[in-house]
Amino acid sequence: MTSAKRKDFLDEHDLENQGHELNEDFLTLYISNQLFGIPVLQVQDVLGTQRVTRIPLAPPEVAGALNLRGRIVTAIDVRKRLGIGGERKTGSQMSVVVEHGGELYSLIIDRVGDVLSLSREEFENNPPTLDQQWREISLGIYRLKKELLVVLDVAKVLNTVHE
Amino acid sequence: MDELVTEFLTETNESLQELDLDLVNLEQNPNDKDLLSKIFRLMHTIKGTCGFLGLPRLETCAHHAENVLGLFRDGVLKVTPDYVTIIFESIDRIKYILSEIEQNGAEPDGDDRELIARLDAIYENAQGKASTDSMEDISKAFIEPGPDPEEEEEEVKAGEDIKPAPAAHAVTVADSDEDEEDDSSGVVPDAAKMVARESAVANQSLRVNVAVLEGLMTMVSELVLTRNQLLQILRSQQESEFTAPLQRLNHVVSELQEGVMKTRMQPIGNAWSKLPRIIRDISMELGKKIDLEMHGKDTELDRQVLELIKDPLTHMVRNSADHGIEAPEERARAGKPATGKIVLNAYHEGGHIIIEISDDGKGLPMERIKKKIISNGLATAEELAEMSTQQIQQFIFKAGFSTAEKVTSVSGRGVGMDVVRTNIEKIGGSIELKSIEGRGSKFLIKIPLTLAIVSALIVEAAGERFAIPQLAVRELVKASYSGENRIETIKGSPVFRLRDHLLPLVSLRDVLGLSHMNDAGESASEPASDKQYIVVTQIGAYHFGIIVDRVYDTEEIVVKPVANILKNIDLFSGNTILGDGSVIMILDPTGIAKATGEIDHADTMDVAEEEARHSERDERLTLLLFGAGKGAPKAVPLSLVARLENIKIEAIETSNDQMLVQYRGKLMPLVLFNEKVSLEGVEEKPVLVFQDEKSAMGLIVDAIIDIVEEKMDVEIGGKNKGLLGSAIINGKATDVIDVGWYLRSTGNDWYRMEKNPYGKNGNGASARKRVLLVDDSPFFRNMLTPLLSVAGYDVTTVESPLDALKLCESESHHFDVIVSDIEMPEMSGFEFAEKVRASSHWQDTPLVALSSHATPQDIDRGRAAGFQQYVAKFDRDTLLNTLSETLASNGKAAQ
Repeated sequence: MTSAKRKDFLDEHDLENQGHELNEDFLTLYISNQLFGIPVLQVQDVLGTQRVTRIPLAPPEVAGALNLRGRIVTAIDVRKRLGIGGERKTGSQMSVVVEHGGELYSLIIDRVGDVLSLSREEFENNPPTLDQQWREISLGIYRLKKELLVVLDVAKVLNTVHE
Repeated sequence: MDELVTEFLTETNESLQELDLDLVNLEQNPNDKDLLSKIFRLMHTIKGTCGFLGLPRLETCAHHAENVLGLFRDGVLKVTPDYVTIIFESIDRIKYILSEIEQNGAEPDGDDRELIARLDAIYENAQGKASTDSMEDISKAFIEPGPDPEEEEEEVKAGEDIKPAPAAHAVTVADSDEDEEDDSSGVVPDAAKMVARESAVANQSLRVNVAVLEGLMTMVSELVLTRNQLLQILRSQQESEFTAPLQRLNHVVSELQEGVMKTRMQPIGNAWSKLPRIIRDISMELGKKIDLEMHGKDTELDRQVLELIKDPLTHMVRNSADHGIEAPEERARAGKPATGKIVLNAYHEGGHIIIEISDDGKGLPMERIKKKIISNGLATAEELAEMSTQQIQQFIFKAGFSTAEKVTSVSGRGVGMDVVRTNIEKIGGSIELKSIEGRGSKFLIKIPLTLAIVSALIVEAAGERFAIPQLAVRELVKASYSGENRIETIKGSPVFRLRDHLLPLVSLRDVLGLSHMNDAGESASEPASDKQYIVVTQIGAYHFGIIVDRVYDTEEIVVKPVANILKNIDLFSGNTILGDGSVIMILDPTGIAKATGEIDHADTMDVAEEEARHSERDERLTLLLFGAGKGAPKAVPLSLVARLENIKIEAIETSNDQMLVQYRGKLMPLVLFNEKVSLEGVEEKPVLVFQDEKSAMGLIVDAIIDIVEEKMDVEIGGKNKGLLGSAIINGKATDVIDVGWYLRSTGNDWYRMEKNPYGKNGNGASARKRVLLVDDSPFFRNMLTPLLSVAGYDVTTVESPLDALKLCESESHHFDVIVSDIEMPEMSGFEFAEKVRASSHWQDTPLVALSSHATPQDIDRGRAAGFQQYVAKFDRDTLLNTLSETLASNGKAAQ
């Protein structure tokens, strides 16, 4: 756990540092029409619909396991993790592969958007009224022109899954 | 050379080589603390190890150098270039001694008085005047050379260019040319050569970081998976230009896999190397006399497995010595030799390693165990009264048993046995225990060769596939909820009548919660079909059945650990990628057994019951029924058949009037069962493959009919070649075929190939080993005789032990080995063995028992009666292997 914590710290730290200097690049993605962003450097792969093997008895947010070029990747249903109800449209599912603690995880989301370079000036901390569950996994908000982007804290998304 | 010494040399040479680089730095930064402590540590290690290995010269040298280095390290002395030189010298001297040890296996003659005197001078000086900076005094130590004038002369000659010249002996010589060396003195080391000589021991082996090997292994695993995928694609294609290159790739990958696996293999002897010392210490301490015998030291197993079993093994051997073996007086009272014996034996058996640890000590004290069980509240006296000895003995593996204080005085075997069991089961192994009070105990550990690649059975439940490690699978049974092979329920718990025993069942759907999990919209059709399969699984001695919907093939899988998220689900031991690229979870049978309730080894089926069941089934044989030509169905014992294949007619080639087919990369001769079997008008034909280590042959038949378990009563009427006779099987007259006849009919090749592996020293008929086969059943006599004769033995058969004893009395017959049945009407095999042992003529002839029920009890009884080996009937390969081993070991003993 300590290593995970350290990693959290580092991630945040990185984010701040980069924020001070320049823009940071985010891969944007949609889950149920909400825009999210993951720092692009954390993203290993973007996958289309994959054949996922279900894992019985696993926590509900674990959608299963899939084979990514010979490595076994655990698929996490981010919808369930974030408590977003509703069914996603079938066939349009995509996932973003990230590495955490030496293991690969694929975050199942609805759709991947563009890579955006965002300026630190547009960044805001989580509004205090944000849903508790979301506040845990959000590193903050970017004000985009048309909409708001929630920065996903990948480590947190995966960490709570562990517990 | 002693293995320990070799290891020490390799290790020390490596450390020294590393130091060489650092030493240059030392010259520049004489007070580099890290470096100094590194050298200090090395000296310290050398000193310590030398004491253990008995290398006094090296030890003294290292010891004195260490003293001085300690001063530097602690900052008592400041390092000056002069001191650096003396450090160099000490290291060089050590190198020289090491190289001599490597060369000659012993320390060189001569001594290091001079070097030591100087080191001591520094040390004493510094100790005496640690506070004063008396450089001069210390420097004197360099200038005043050692007592050996001859040496001095040599040094002057060799070392002109080095500063405190007379003393810089070793360094100097290192720098000098080879022709400068002086051979006048035996005392002076032949140092130039020594430096030039690279350590040969170190060069033979290469230390590779384990992580690199693991990485390689992972990569090879991927390659294997990809290869499997490619092969699968290839199979679905009729003609492809990829066939040939893929075949080649296939072979290369297999070899590569084997090679990489080999890099991870280590002889089990490595885990045993400390045991003799432990035993010695224990016996000294407790005043016992113990002999430790170790067999099969070279048996290799995966490094990872080796690491995991090292401690449990040590623990068990220590237990045997500590609690198993009695004190000499006690042994004398019990009529045993004063010296106790602990035997370790390791060998391969079908993809597993078996390790036996046995002692001839006092065995498990039953009364004490019982008391302990009751006092620990593990069972009541009433419950105990109903348990068999074996069940009670299993309690020593219970956790509660060892955590109690003063376990040693209670069970004699309790300390941490639960930990031992857990550790062994963790790696997919099992541990069994046999103990007879007063006679000794024997532990049998079965562990997989490697954890990385296992063979697994792929099954399906509720549309999902899972892998079950083959190791745990005993058999597969087709069953249903209605109909003949019925799964019955007792208050919802499914059970199955497997032969004459009630097998508890677990539904994989239920245990994995799959019936509720079907959220994908597919109607969760409770029992998908009425047809179910039961995977009969064994954990230790506990049998249970897992109900699955479908059974696929077995596949070699590469076990990968599950993601952290899933670590707490005990039902999975890992996951893997199948040949078709899909991910599949590997079930952990132990976890499943646990999930179904608290299952203990003590709950295993009663031994006596099992035995009774066995004798009832006596002589019942699993037979393969097949059709060939017209007339009665034919039968052959299933155990003799290696495989059933369908072979395409077009794949059959003819060479030298012999039908051949390419089978698993080799040519396999084919024989038509009889001339009535026709190859016309069909695409493929079923073939029974009889296989041996080296060769195989196929018997072409018309149809495979069934597999049945039947009592065999062969009425001999073998007029036809190739038939032993007829029997009533499944209510029908059935011809029982003589496999031996068919084996021979493929010609000499089979004969020759067979003969070599088994008839070890057989070059010619005269050297053929003679076997006496005693069996009352004509069927077995007829079946085994050809088998043994094709394997290169000269077989004599008799119908009863009495006949055999007559042969014995006549004293004109000599046999190399006697193979005897156990259940015979006039005299049992046990009695026979005792008679043979008591006879004057055959007392030394090895005896092999052959029986249809080989329970541990039987085996023990057989051993007691004088049988060396106990082989289950119908187990052809084991019989042949056992014979050759018995003969080989007997041959050795005779020499």
